[in-house]
Amino acid sequence: MSDLFAARSQMALSLGFHIIFAEIGIALPLLMVIAEWRWRRTGDAVYLQLAKRWAKGSAILFAVGAVSGTVLSFELGLLWPKFMQFAGAIVGLPFSLEGFAFFTEAIFLGVYLYGWDRISPRAHLAAGLIVAASGAASAVFVVMVNAWMNTPAGVVLDAGTITGIDPIAGMFNPSTVQQALHMLLAAYAATGLAVAGIHAAILLRRPALPFHRHALIVALAVGAPAAILQPLSGDLSARTVARWQPVKLAALEAQFETERGAPLRIGGWPDADARQTKFALEIPSGLSLAAFHDPNAEVKGLSAFPRDAWPPLLPVHFGFQIMVALGTAMAVVSLWAAVVAVRRRDVAGSVWLLRALAVVAPFGFIATEAGWTVTEVGRQPWVVQGILRTADAVTPMPGLIVPLLVFTALYFLLGAIVIALVAGMVRETA
Amino acid sequence: MSGFLASIGLPEIVAGLIVLALNAYVLMGGADFGGGVWDLLAGGPRRKEQREHIASSIAPIWEANHVWLIIVVVMLFTAFPIVYATLATVLHIPLLVMLVGIVLRGSAFVFRSYGGEKYGGRRGWGLAFAVASTVTPILLGVIIGAVASGDVAAAAARVGHASFVDVFVIPWLAPFPIAVGLFALALFAFLAAVYLALGATDPELQNDFRRRALGAAAVVFVLAIIALLVARSGAPIVAEGVTGAPWAIALHLCTGAAAVTAILALWTRRYGLARIAAAGQVSFILWGWVLAQYPFVIPPALTIRQAAAPPVTLELLLIGLAAGAAILIPSLRYLFKTFAPAAK
Repeated sequence: MSDLFAARSQMALSLGFHIIFAEIGIALPLLMVIAEWRWRRTGDAVYLQLAKRWAKGSAILFAVGAVSGTVLSFELGLLWPKFMQFAGAIVGLPFSLEGFAFFTEAIFLGVYLYGWDRISPRAHLAAGLIVAASGAASAVFVVMVNAWMNTPAGVVLDAGTITGIDPIAGMFNPSTVQQALHMLLAAYAATGLAVAGIHAAILLRRPALPFHRHALIVALAVGAPAAILQPLSGDLSARTVARWQPVKLAALEAQFETERGAPLRIGGWPDADARQTKFALEIPSGLSLAAFHDPNAEVKGLSAFPRDAWPPLLPVHFGFQIMVALGTAMAVVSLWAAVVAVRRRDVAGSVWLLRALAVVAPFGFIATEAGWTVTEVGRQPWVVQGILRTADAVTPMPGLIVPLLVFTALYFLLGAIVIALVAGMVRETA
Repeated sequence: MSGFLASIGLPEIVAGLIVLALNAYVLMGGADFGGGVWDLLAGGPRRKEQREHIASSIAPIWEANHVWLIIVVVMLFTAFPIVYATLATVLHIPLLVMLVGIVLRGSAFVFRSYGGEKYGGRRGWGLAFAVASTVTPILLGVIIGAVASGDVAAAAARVGHASFVDVFVIPWLAPFPIAVGLFALALFAFLAAVYLALGATDPELQNDFRRRALGAAAVVFVLAIIALLVARSGAPIVAEGVTGAPWAIALHLCTGAAAVTAILALWTRRYGLARIAAAGQVSFILWGWVLAQYPFVIPPALTIRQAAAPPVTLELLLIGLAAGAAILIPSLRYLFKTFAPAAK
């Protein structure tokens, strides 16, 4: 394994691990606050029990998210020192703001978890709200950095060296709004539907337990609207990619030839050597319509770019297909739940809806990993699109397989324990 | 002195703020690591009570305290990207070990608190927490020692031209960085024992930590002398600054006065005063290192001026810091007020 590949694998592993904890860290505090608010409003003690459960879950997941986030703040330099030397003065600002948002989150999570009987009810609820809001703000700041890597702005280059920077323009680059929106909705949809799915599965066996009925409804109130809105946000993201990163669009759609009225492909196997995609179900003009809202728009194919500027096609194409398929399933099930709720029927009373919710429970997290793969692998061979190649950013430190193995072992251990702890907590209530 | 003041500009102000954040991390996060050391060394008839007191003292605040480190890192790579890149390259190995320690310390602590006993045993997680708390400060000290030694700068210039060991091992696996590592561990343990003594409500438990604090103070003294002796050959620039510079005597007097006050306060059981004096002592030591290598960030190669990001970044960072501090300082006050020992 080359050192470059080891470094990329370690970064992918670390981010892939952290993103799950970050998503739950954004959305679970919201569930927790809603449950506490319902308890304060209705006096129904089941909501209090629920708030305390979710607070405990938030504590475990936040701690692991915090330490894995710390690892990332160092790994940027340990693995990509030349990227940080190049970009630190620009991406450092959103990272610094993220640091403060994260600080606020940590402070008020401490207040929330250990302050139940030390502060007033109003202050306690407010502390929970601050946790939820600062988690979301953290995500926005971090995604700003990633958006800049995809569509760098605010840099004046002269023969490869930076001669002028505008960090504010860097923060508000062409992808920032779309990516931040997509990430936030992903966090609420993935976490909300995962929690809903767990409680739906328990309700299928024990339909009467109020704890799980309440949990299901609160989780759906957060997850379902996000899942329904996510396809719209995805459309916004895809159009941004089409405009600013045409080679990424071509890779994720496995589009080899530049053409007008390009088809939208479902499935298919991109063959880079033959320069064609086989076995795909093609919807005529679908891609032109989706990417540019015009059935006759021209879509640039991979052939328009030199071969060494192509990202790896298989993970990008399949990652995109998986993300869209799972996201669509989540949106459909969420719409179903919304229809049931709007007709004032019992959401927890439909066995088929509960079954569907149980099935889609893990979809959000899988879709997140797939989507993250699309945006990161789809940018290769660049770490900063069009400016700095990943291969030029890697550390000169040899033997990077060793840290890769260390962190793989560490993350698998942590992941297994967190799953065991959460499963234990769920079992206690079932 | 007037020359020193005249040399202060935007880069120096930002560098000073980074040291301030590091100072906060050392006083708060450092003490949490020190708590882990006393968990490891818990003993006597009140072993269980000692561990419970440590756990309940750090539980609500350790995550907030830990964030100071992240603030230091992000400010460093924003304002001094080349410093961050150089440290991360040459000190890859100790940074990696420190990260493993940070991950294990934090996760072991929450796993122990939240039902992890079924998976690895409560004492198993306690041990992981305690050992990681002991190893991590040593690495943090080793990293600071390696920077101060001047060998990081030399190694960075030889990347690609010298052997793996010369570039990636020798700069930190040397007597001076290791002496600083052990010194940092002793300081953190000292701080923790003082804070824990202050926070204990049971007089016998309080006395346990009082005696531990006094013992740690003695170890700090011995290790400080060893580090200074090793510094003559291991970190000549810093050694010269610490012993020869005009401000050095004043600083040593302050450090010494704080140390003596801390010990006397512990002896006479004035724990509130002991906490202030101990925190002062540790802060004086940290700033002493910083002043000794001023104006270098990585002596003897990179000065603050040479390493600084463009002025626009520094200005925006300062604005961001001001806005952040406006939220942070009242929040932190609220956190510590809510969980102040007196409220128990």
